[in-house]
Amino acid sequence: MASKPLTLYEKIWNAHVVERREDGTSLIYIDRHLVHEVTSPQAFEALRMAGRPVRRPELTLAVPDHNLPTTARRDASGGKVPIADPQSAAQLAALEKNAPDFGIRYIGDADAEQGIVHVVGPEQGFSLPGTTIVCGDSHTASHGGLGALAFGIGTSEVEHVLATQTLLLQQSKPMVVCVEGALGPGVSAKDLILHIIGVIGAAGGTGHVIEYRGPVFEAMSVEERLTVCNMSIEAGARAGLIAPDETVFRYLKNRPMAPKGADWDAALAYWRTLHSDDGAVFAKSVTINAADVAPTVTWGTSPEDVVPITGSVPSPDSFADESKRAAAAKSLDYMGLSPGTAMTDVPVENIFIGSCTNSRIEDLRSAAEILRGRRKADNVRWAIVVPGSGLVKAMAEDEGLDRIFTEAGFEWREPGCSACLGMNPDKVPSGERCASTSNRNFVGRQGPGARTHLVSPAMAAAAAVTGKLTDVRELQK
Amino acid sequence: MDTLKTVTGTATPFGQKNVDTDVIIPAKWLKTITRDGLGEGAFETVRETPGNVFDDPAYAGAPILIAGDNFGCGSSREHAAWAILDLGIRVVIAPSYSDIFSGNAVKNGILPVVLPQDAIDRLMEVAREGSPITVDLDTQTVTTEYQDRFPFEIDPFRKRCLLNGLDEVALTLERDAAIGSFEKRRAATQGWLSAGTNT
Repeated sequence: MASKPLTLYEKIWNAHVVERREDGTSLIYIDRHLVHEVTSPQAFEALRMAGRPVRRPELTLAVPDHNLPTTARRDASGGKVPIADPQSAAQLAALEKNAPDFGIRYIGDADAEQGIVHVVGPEQGFSLPGTTIVCGDSHTASHGGLGALAFGIGTSEVEHVLATQTLLLQQSKPMVVCVEGALGPGVSAKDLILHIIGVIGAAGGTGHVIEYRGPVFEAMSVEERLTVCNMSIEAGARAGLIAPDETVFRYLKNRPMAPKGADWDAALAYWRTLHSDDGAVFAKSVTINAADVAPTVTWGTSPEDVVPITGSVPSPDSFADESKRAAAAKSLDYMGLSPGTAMTDVPVENIFIGSCTNSRIEDLRSAAEILRGRRKADNVRWAIVVPGSGLVKAMAEDEGLDRIFTEAGFEWREPGCSACLGMNPDKVPSGERCASTSNRNFVGRQGPGARTHLVSPAMAAAAAVTGKLTDVRELQK
Repeated sequence: MDTLKTVTGTATPFGQKNVDTDVIIPAKWLKTITRDGLGEGAFETVRETPGNVFDDPAYAGAPILIAGDNFGCGSSREHAAWAILDLGIRVVIAPSYSDIFSGNAVKNGILPVVLPQDAIDRLMEVAREGSPITVDLDTQTVTTEYQDRFPFEIDPFRKRCLLNGLDEVALTLERDAAIGSFEKRRAATQGWLSAGTNT
């Protein structure tokens, strides 16, 4: 008898079930655990108080990213530049101590490999197809771009994974987002995922794990797939997945922590089985035509508040749902926007290129391509590029991208989460706008009162050049 | 973790849709290395508006929060649950939650009750009057003094954890043998999984 066709999510889930329990939950084995300074101190403290060791320290990798200033970390004589904020300094010091105390590998703030956890994991070959990957950060969904089941967890779960290398979970439902056709010129992976979130809504994926399928994803580089899966959480999904293929295998081969030799061959044979079977059943299915996707921007304070750059600020009355009308009116008030304003008439004073969504080498290349031989507009007060890791930074410098950015009036920074969240010195001032390649346009996300417009790296570069939200295709002519 | 069986008290009628964890507790409050005292930063941006429900004396100390669809979306920060708990809230009632937030809530002894929007609308009215609401986890019902009675569903494991204040880590550590045999089996068949991690 043929076995029941399974989705990719179900295959990975089944391969990690330690025990199924009567109450419907399962004990799931966790293959990889990333730790950063913000969501881990209380977990380590709880282990210490209970006298519990870390079960498999070699399966956890610790990297500071959220709090770190993105200015120089070493002075001219090589000494450590002190971190001005005492609370940030204490949190970073806690991770620096907790990692070795519990036998966990730690990539320090001035190491060449340091970066945003979700950039470092794939780059080091720590994140692998078919594995379960968790981190106390919702954008762990990124690693699904490699075909891993990756999701964010809270601090109590961080403690649970450290102590037991497992999590007690209720299985999510499989959902599929199929994209048919090909993306047009000037339309990126970021535009596509923003469009998808607009279609399914900020809660459209709740209780589900999304698999992205279709020729668009098959044609994408690993960097682009990581961008798509990264924002799955913005649609409410626990995780996002793309079936791993030769593009992923080529990307991973010879990465420092990826399997080598016979181990590589064994891994590869297994990875090639990782795809949804024909006839596998998804609980929810959405189909999108790639030709409908334009360069996309957000107008409000939820990632579902998207509009094509050729569009205008919507009127709250245009929404059918009463609570959405109220939310839209509040958002527009916060954003300082009036219904009917063309998106291309919205001026921006700040540009942020970075974050776990868009700080990889291809992101920097696509922004640099727009900025080559151009300069930021005079009304753009602050423009920064924050590479996702030290390795991305070095690669970009080898390619001369840093000079393109600095000649265009951008600051070239050290790796970290930076202006994606108002946690380190990189913040957008109250009442000012930012064209940002990050993932969240929430109220106060980039600093109290900051107004965020989510865009792709090329669109952020275009906005820098004209000083307002701009259709990048106009600059590509 | 404190046990939770029945909570009776006033409710804060908040009720907004898509309230993210950046709104529940902004990032600047996440620099702490303890779980305590986060109530001070809870709903900071909401509290900037005069007349907001969180500073209304009528709802001071209310143990129940009534919220809108997709409550706790966004960041995985458990600080959101810690902040809510620090305000004295033990029950949130909303039409839906983000998956991560509802998990974090239960792990901190907060009950996330799911009820349909029409029930939420009714409870918002009751809350605005200042009448008490009773949430009974044992019988899985929300009741008011006006004979409203709304049954709710909850995952049996979460229910058991809340009723008994269980330490999940301790429970799983009892399954050490099962975890160990899973690890052995995988080491034999998929040794590559730990191949790069010891370097």
